[in-house]
Amino acid sequence: MAKKESAFANMVFTLFVITLTASTALGFVYEFTKAPITAAKQAVKMKAINEVLPEFTNLPHEEVYKIAIDNDTLYFYPARENRRLVGTAIETFTNKGFSGNIKLMVGILPDGSINDIVVLEHKETPGLGDKMSKSKSDFSLQFQGINPENFNINVRNDGGDIDAITASTISSRAYCDAVNRAYKAYLKGREK
Amino acid sequence: MNQWKNFNKGIFRENAVFVLYLGLCPTLGVTTSVINGVGMGLATTFVLLMSNIVVTLVKNFIPDKVRIPSFIVIIASFVTIVELLMQAYLPGLFDELGLFIPLIVVNCLVLGRAEAFASKNSFTSSVVDGLSMGLGFTMALFFLGGVREILGSGSFLGFKFIPGDGILLFILAPGAFIALGYLIMIMNKINKKTA
Amino acid sequence: MNYIIIIISAIFVNNIVLAKFLGVCPFIGVSNRVETAIGMTGAVTFVMVIATIVTYLLQHYILIPFGISFMQTITFILVIAALVQMVEIMLKKLSPILYQALGIFLPLITTNCAVLGVAILAVQNDYNLIESVVFSIANAIGFGMALLLFSGIRVQLELVDVPEPMKGVPIAFLVAGLLAMAFMGFAGIV
Repeated sequence: MAKKESAFANMVFTLFVITLTASTALGFVYEFTKAPITAAKQAVKMKAINEVLPEFTNLPHEEVYKIAIDNDTLYFYPARENRRLVGTAIETFTNKGFSGNIKLMVGILPDGSINDIVVLEHKETPGLGDKMSKSKSDFSLQFQGINPENFNINVRNDGGDIDAITASTISSRAYCDAVNRAYKAYLKGREK
Repeated sequence: MNQWKNFNKGIFRENAVFVLYLGLCPTLGVTTSVINGVGMGLATTFVLLMSNIVVTLVKNFIPDKVRIPSFIVIIASFVTIVELLMQAYLPGLFDELGLFIPLIVVNCLVLGRAEAFASKNSFTSSVVDGLSMGLGFTMALFFLGGVREILGSGSFLGFKFIPGDGILLFILAPGAFIALGYLIMIMNKINKKTA
Repeated sequence: MNYIIIIISAIFVNNIVLAKFLGVCPFIGVSNRVETAIGMTGAVTFVMVIATIVTYLLQHYILIPFGISFMQTITFILVIAALVQMVEIMLKKLSPILYQALGIFLPLITTNCAVLGVAILAVQNDYNLIESVVFSIANAIGFGMALLLFSGIRVQLELVDVPEPMKGVPIAFLVAGLLAMAFMGFAGIV
């Protein structure tokens, strides 16, 4: 197929042209998809915030603020109904998942109690750790309504009051770690 | 070239997965459900088709010694385009397919067809070849995804029709290997009968 | 402590071949002979580790600062392709025998999902440079281990009476499945 001579100049020129064309085309597609991608990511967050908090009328992601805790940064999304704070959704995470990071959205009411929690992202084992999702089991329901002030959020093996997922202590432990991280940051935010 | 025969080969006689054993990583990795499998298959078909087209159009301008790196840049560009488009318009599928989307660029099937076919054949033949191998690949993912989803989750296309958990093994790693082994065996038997 | 977890996780719990399905093509192709398996592992290790280092630097000093992360796929694969070329040239000079034995599989390391996969995973898991190096070495060891175990089994398989349609690749996959099942037993370690 060598219709063109493999002279050094030719090779360099061809590669240069191809790479330049490719980069330009990609740059164009990137700019074109930037807005829809951001919108899609925001839609996922909004859906989660809607699930973990009662009704609200504002756009929480427009009032997002950060709280730094232990070298990490968590994102706080306040939800309001006509100016009155209805609750705060906290995007939290843990590195202690069995197969990687787990991201949760924790909804905390103004009185400091947990309204609800949804899983944003996880890579846990299907049939075991993935039971932390609402669609797979009722594990997460036990978190609803508890106030971390008087409730020990740790699995029973660690002396806490949370019933772990059967055969998935590590995933359950990681879940609690993420929730505790969110609450710690919440308390820090309340001090301000 | 007999285009009908050209098209057929990708589906049966030279099926990417079941006969040529190409593109096995995504085949095993994303077939936990039919939707994921077909989604990946179609994404790969798009990349395969577009790269075949570009390669067959520019084949006369590329010096022989740099053809592999050139093909790689062309293929990688289309993979990135698929990545961006999926992130924007099919975010759910994008999350499910995860790491395997950028890995389309190292799918032996795509580079293989560019090198073995598109760089040596006409525009029409290359287009047909791309479609044929891509759709054959998608078909393989459809079957493997179907087997694993039905046996492993008791559902098909997301609709659960068997209550309770399925045979968990099939949506985990070992199940992928085992199910694929059996499907290849069946394909062997079919090809022997029609040989 | 963290490094131990990365190592054990990469080699056993999330083995690159048996759990993550990366590097399956050479797995099926090369694993007939133990010597070729060892040679392949060496070559892959070299490429994987250096590729991870280079791509890490690329990502953190060029792609992110200039806001062109979408060029990740193209740049990463070009780095790997260049590295494989270098290994080919080196091997031709240093060990022509191994070069011949590996044959077509050497350039195929470029398309080995495991190499690109590990490079991307190291970036996705947010490892720093040292963690990335540890991660890539551990994964290479995991790859080699799976390859060696498998080649040993395949040598035995050729001596056994296998039904005709199952001969060759199908039975290999079934065995790989059993191996994967065995590796799932490591799940409780970390």
